[in-house]
This record gives sequence, C-alpha cells and structure tokens, in this order.
Amino acid sequence: MNQARSNPLNIALMHGALVLYTLIALFPVFVILINSFKDRRSIFREPLALPDSESFSTIGYETVMRQGDFFLYFQNSMIVTVGSLFFILLFGAMAAYALSEYRFRGNMLMGLYLALGIMIPIRIGTVAILEMMVATGLVNTLWALILVYTAQGLPLAVFILGEFMRQVSDDLKNAGRIDGLSEYTIFFRLVLPLVRPAMATVAVFNMIPIWNDLWFPLILAPAEETKTLTLGSQVFIGQFVTDWNAVLSALSMAILPVLVLYAIFSRQLIRGITSGAVK
Amino acid sequence: MKHARIRWHIVVFLAPAVLVYTAVMIFPLFNTLRLALYTRIEQERVFVGLENFRTLFFDPIWAEQFWNALGNNFWFFLIHMLVQNPIGVALAAILSHPRLRFAALYRSAIFIPTILSFVVVGFAWKLILSPIWGIAPSMMEAVGLGALFRPWLGLEGSALTTLALVSVWQFVGIPMMLIYAALLTIPEEILEAGEVDGVTGMAAFWKIKLPLILPSIGIISILTFVGNFNAFDLIYAAQGALAGPDFSTDILGTFMYRTFFGFQLQLGDPHMGSAIAGAMFAIILVGVCIYLFGIQTRLRRYQL
Repeated sequence: MNQARSNPLNIALMHGALVLYTLIALFPVFVILINSFKDRRSIFREPLALPDSESFSTIGYETVMRQGDFFLYFQNSMIVTVGSLFFILLFGAMAAYALSEYRFRGNMLMGLYLALGIMIPIRIGTVAILEMMVATGLVNTLWALILVYTAQGLPLAVFILGEFMRQVSDDLKNAGRIDGLSEYTIFFRLVLPLVRPAMATVAVFNMIPIWNDLWFPLILAPAEETKTLTLGSQVFIGQFVTDWNAVLSALSMAILPVLVLYAIFSRQLIRGITSGAVK
Repeated sequence: MKHARIRWHIVVFLAPAVLVYTAVMIFPLFNTLRLALYTRIEQERVFVGLENFRTLFFDPIWAEQFWNALGNNFWFFLIHMLVQNPIGVALAAILSHPRLRFAALYRSAIFIPTILSFVVVGFAWKLILSPIWGIAPSMMEAVGLGALFRPWLGLEGSALTTLALVSVWQFVGIPMMLIYAALLTIPEEILEAGEVDGVTGMAAFWKIKLPLILPSIGIISILTFVGNFNAFDLIYAAQGALAGPDFSTDILGTFMYRTFFGFQLQLGDPHMGSAIAGAMFAIILVGVCIYLFGIQTRLRRYQL
C-alpha cells in the first residue's frame, strides 16, 4: 500500500472528523435519554450530568403510564407495521413473479404502471384517500393505515423483488413443472424461499418509514383507540408540554422501540442499502 | 398462437398488488386532481374548472400564503442540497478509506438519527435549542460563543433555516450510505493506476472518485427533491400546523394540511386542499422529469 493513503496523520484526522460527527448525531438522543431518568430540579440544574442516586427519578415515566395509553399505541403501531409488511411482501412478491417469470401481452406496460409509484408520493392523493375511507367506513380503523402503507410500499417492492427473481434458475422451475407442480406451488415452495434475503431487504426499507409516519395516522386514524405510537406521543407531548419529566419520558419511550429494531436489523438494512438494491 | 387460453395464474399473481395499488394510490391521486376542479357552494359540489388554481395563484390572501410556502420549500430544499449532500459525500469518502478501523461502528451510529421519528427529532431539538432549558446557550458559553445564542426556532428570520438544518441532521445518513455504496464499487485497479500517475489523496477524490459517483449524487438529489416537496412531519411536530412564527416555516405540506382540515376559525376546504396537492404534484413531476430527461441521460456513466 502506498504511503500517501495510509499516512498516520491523515488517519488521525479522519477519526477526528468521524468522532466529531458521531457525537453530533448521538448527542440529542443521549441528552433526552439521560434526562428522562432525572427529577425536575436536576433536569434544569445539570442537564448534561448522568442521573445519580440523588437525581434519579422515574416520575416522568409514571406520568406517561398513568396518562397515556402507550401500550395500546405500541400495539397499534405493531399491528399496522407488521400487517403492512406482510401484504407488501406477499402481494409484491406475487406481482414481481408474474412480471419476471411469464411473457404476456402488456407485461412491460404493467411493470411501468407499477413503477410509477416509486417516485410519486402517495400523500398527494390524501384528500381523495380520506374521502374514500370515510365512504367505506374504514376511517379510524387500522385497516385504513395498512391499506395505504401497502399501496405505498408495493411499487419499490415489486421492482426490487423482480430484479432478484430474474436470477432464480429456470432449470429449477422447469424441473418442478416436469414433476407436475402447479405454478402456485412452484412460486410458494421453490421461488419464495430463494428470494428470502431480498424480502428481508424490502421489509427493512419499509419498516421504519411506516413506524414513524405521522401524516396518515393524523388524518385517517386519529381516534384514541387507533393512535399509533408516533401520533400518540405527538399528542401526549402537546398536552403535557410544560411537564418536562413527562415529555422527556414520552420521547424516550418513542425512541427505544426504534433503537431496539435498529439494533436487530441494522446489519440487514445497511447491507440492503449498500448492495445497491435502490440503485 | 393459442389465442383464447387465459393463463389464470398470471391474473391471480398480479391481481392483489394491482388492485390495492390502483384503488389506494393511483385512483385517489387522479381523484384528488379532479376534486381540485370543483368547489362547494351551499352543500352542492359544483364544477368550476381552473378557478381554484386562479384563486391559489392570484387571489391576494391565498397567493401570499402559497408563494410564501413555495419559496420556503425551495429554501428548505436548497439547504439540504448545500449542507446535507456535501456532508454525506464527505463522510462516505472518509468511511470508504480502506485502512480505516471501526468504519462499521461509525456508520451505524451516524445513521441513528435517520431512524428516529420526526416527532422525536422535532421535540428533541426544540428542547435543546430552548432558552428555558439552556443546553444550547450553556454549551455555547463553554466555548466562549455565549453572546451569539438566539432562540433560533422562535425568530422569523432563522426558524426555517434552523428546521432545515435539523432535517439535515436527521437525514444525512441516507446520502452517506448511498455514496458509500457507490464508492465501494470503484475497482482498486483504477485507484492504483491513478497512484502510479501521482494522483493521490484529495486529488484522487476530486479527479477519479467524484466523476464516478456522479450518477449516485443525481439519484440522491432527486430523492431529496421529492422528499422535501412532500415534507410535513418535522415542521408540524416542531412548530404545529400554523408553522410559526408568523408562517415563516410554512411549506407546501403544512399549507395543504391547514387548508384541507381548517385551523382556528377557518373551515377546512377539501377542494382548495386538492388544488394545493395538484400544485405539489406538478412541481414533483417537473423535478422528476428534469432529472430523468435532463440530468440522468446526460451524466456520463463509466463501465467499471
């Protein structure tokens, strides 16, 4: 290796820049988390100190537990996210298989039609979506959110899964056909297990935007029983804005599930982005 | 050609996706554009053609809000292009250095803000920048800049820029990851050939790597454009639907929300809301077309 590229001074400078930026990225999260475990006086007097035996307090979390139904919000977010991912993956994989496996008239056009939604945000159609959900009685149900997120996630899912399905060997599928398997069995038993890594990538890409969305829960399902965690914490913080303990605890409770998901899936997510799935 | 036989399995495979996508995305999109051509007069829906758009662009009260939101939106986008994307490229360039240790650790940590919800990001920064809590002012005092502190989110002149920078802080991970991926695909031989010719360090970045990653920078630019012109959540979480102070942080998303749902004494108007959605659609379409036909086709792609 040439010397200019491994000069120790350069390496030190690079670490310096990265450490600085990492601190900037993590500082706000850190401040919120540590202060959520302190009593009100210490929050203001020593905002950057870690909680110690004197300043430790869970009063904020107690208020949140008493006043907000965070378990319900969390459950709603889980149902919406998992439900949407299920339909995105199932319907997306089926459509991707049809487009990549069979030649039929209109194949190209259908592919283009489904790809339109990759660039156009679904939010543009909000007025008519709300009107439709009101007309069908789906407003203030979790189904409204699941349908919207499924429609929003499908275009990219069909695109990515199609790219992967083209790589599944034809010999395998033809062997299945000779053995008399139906097209459905070939898809579910032979092809789906082989594209599992691509399905994981699609799932991870969709998971975080769905979990974090504020717009559609606010418009389609603002009722108390259908609030998602994102909307629930937004409303809670708006009401308790002067109760700093409660606000900081509510923020921490919104951060923690996402951090846990990220810890579990970060490798998949980063591999998905860097493997060029979105190029 | 067997003409009559319909291969039903193709229909079964395609139907669910096409139905959901058409019913929940494409149909409402066009229906919204259609609704923009109507208005409500005494409980009756009346066709008025382009009247709503004329109101939006030229009526003194509406036009002032619309052009304000549009101008703010462009400023919001500009800050992202000038700050987010260069920082993302710089971080990616450092991270892709072959001799760097802990690269995966830095990468994961810097990506954390991107996974947080707008509600968390908006409130967290609101608290940190708040003069009441005093984290930002006391930290600035510690480095001798205490006199420069202002309640940035509360001042008309700086609130929008501050929120744009908060959004940059949140999303810098995305350009970083995409550029990092692009840099990894550059073959070692090309860089070594450059070294043989004496092109190393910064020169190697500007002369060899940057031209090779231009297509990725193009993709990031259009993703940023679409994301910014459809933004709403961060402004709503930090400043509320009124996008204060005095509408100085109002962008098209918050403007559409307010118009559609109403606020304070003004009643919601789905038809004007649709007209704003139509304007957003047109802007995004123009942006995507400029990218697809003006930029993407002209970028030189190198076979690696």
